[in-house]
Amino acid sequence: MLIEYFPILLFILIGIGFGFVPMIAGKLVGPSKPDPEKLSPYECGFEAFEDTRMKFDVRYYLVAILFILFDLEIAFLFPWAIVLEEIGMFGFVAMMIFLGILVVGFIYEWKKGALDWE
Amino acid sequence: MNFPLPDFFPASAEIFVLVMACVVLLADLFKSERQGWLPYLLTLATLAGALAIQVGTAGADTTLTFSGMFVDDRLSDVLKSCLYITVFAVVVYSRDYLMARGLERGEYYLLVLFATLGMQVMISANHFLTLYLGLELLSLAIYALVALDRESARSTEAAMKYFVLGALASGLLLYGMSMIYGATGTLEISAIARKLSDPATNMDVLRFGLVFLVAGLAFKIGVVPFHMWIPDVYHGAPTAITLLIGSAPKLAGFSMAIRLLVDGLPTLAVEWQQMLMMLAVLSIALGNVVAIAQTNVKRMLAYSTISHMGFMLLGLVSGVIELRASGDIQLSYAFGSAMFYTIAYVLMSAAAFGVLLLLTRAGVEAETLDDLKGLNRRSPWFAAVLMMVMFSMAGIPFFIGFFAKLAVLQAVVAAGYLYTAVFAVMLSLIGAFFYLRVVKLMYFDEPLDTAPLVASSEMRALLSVNALAIAVIGLMPQSLLTLCATALGQAMK
Repeated sequence: MLIEYFPILLFILIGIGFGFVPMIAGKLVGPSKPDPEKLSPYECGFEAFEDTRMKFDVRYYLVAILFILFDLEIAFLFPWAIVLEEIGMFGFVAMMIFLGILVVGFIYEWKKGALDWE
Repeated sequence: MNFPLPDFFPASAEIFVLVMACVVLLADLFKSERQGWLPYLLTLATLAGALAIQVGTAGADTTLTFSGMFVDDRLSDVLKSCLYITVFAVVVYSRDYLMARGLERGEYYLLVLFATLGMQVMISANHFLTLYLGLELLSLAIYALVALDRESARSTEAAMKYFVLGALASGLLLYGMSMIYGATGTLEISAIARKLSDPATNMDVLRFGLVFLVAGLAFKIGVVPFHMWIPDVYHGAPTAITLLIGSAPKLAGFSMAIRLLVDGLPTLAVEWQQMLMMLAVLSIALGNVVAIAQTNVKRMLAYSTISHMGFMLLGLVSGVIELRASGDIQLSYAFGSAMFYTIAYVLMSAAAFGVLLLLTRAGVEAETLDDLKGLNRRSPWFAAVLMMVMFSMAGIPFFIGFFAKLAVLQAVVAAGYLYTAVFAVMLSLIGAFFYLRVVKLMYFDEPLDTAPLVASSEMRALLSVNALAIAVIGLMPQSLLTLCATALGQAMK
């Protein structure tokens, strides 16, 4: 019974190793020249420690949301492209309709100026 | 693997609305300065066209398509036709209000059309996924519509509340659906019903899932104790959007209840009818009593919605399900009464909010009881319209609301719940107070605001037709009642 769980144990061990070995190796082998900028935590463009009630540029989020939408579209396209030969014309037309609806959305955001930074 | 081409014909109205929504969006983007009316007219044309297609393709048979995910039967034809007419009226009533507030943008029409599409999909759903998809399309469009007035803190708050509670309700519903999937191994509604008669099915898991389904459903149609969002959202949303939330989605909610509970889980009827009975009795009690304390008409109508939805559920509670063995019309009479009640409520609600919209103009928001004072001096005809609506909602003969209540109560008594019927009548009497108070304010008080009413002639005309429908169907309710009963009788076969 227990032997069936052996692959899982192996998986856990490799997972732990994968996390720790590079860190330890980096500490032992790599050169270490710290300065204040390198030591400060990195938080995608924001100061890491300050009041949470600050003003931020909402356009950043607009671009991020639009990116996610079109990124998901690509995620749909990959499996569709692989099985395209099997699903035939129906699958092709269905995806074209899906893309067509997305294009309408794209025209909308373009025309409304969601893509202009200034 | 080969994909057979599905039959698109039963879904032609849906496809039409989707295509037209894209056309409205593009037309709004590329219209010139002088063509401000273009999205409005295109939206009305879409709804009229969808109605024409729906009536034109209506057949007596039940057709399944898209691998059994989509059903086109008499029930969906009747409900969807009512849906288009309601949304058409909503759009006509709302235009002046939205223009006066700078909210009349292409996005409004677009979101209304997508909400309509969501409701169409919900009404025709024969699969839990289709049902959920339609529900989310409707909900997301409505969340955005509630927040349409971005400057208003009250509507933003309402939208936020609605969004958070709506997401919770969707979560409950999905959890219930996953339980039922776990017990039956299918998501197709008619297949679930077949699986239920299999003795190997785990009934405990089903009952557990049923509790979550009923909770999610109760949230969406807004009955006690899942009603908390209704007064705040009705109050906070711009009145034109309240009109939309308070009317058409009730039709989709009714269809959702029928598809989920009556079509999907008929053998569990004893369980869900007990649950719905609790919800119905609590809603009728709380809705009618709390409405008395409201000074804001929109909040008052919100509590009145809660009590009306309770009444609608009473109709569902009284339906006897003889499990398809004898699917004759007499059996579905109780469900037919619930459907009649829903349609009647949608008519009354559209007219009530329509009169509220008529009283507003640029800078003036008519939403407290004081704003209704002396309406008879300002416009005798629209005072009479609102009086008809209030009489009908209170259940005074011979308006449609009376026959709706009568049909439901007959079904309740026939099902043997005599005390429930007496209780419902008593609380309707209490509720009559706040409806009649509106009539008193309109006819016997001095107006606080004597400015003449400003409204387009098409809105005045349609509102009058709406009010006359309440009176005329009230005089001859039998044809609509029979229509509801036959539609349901066919859907349950």
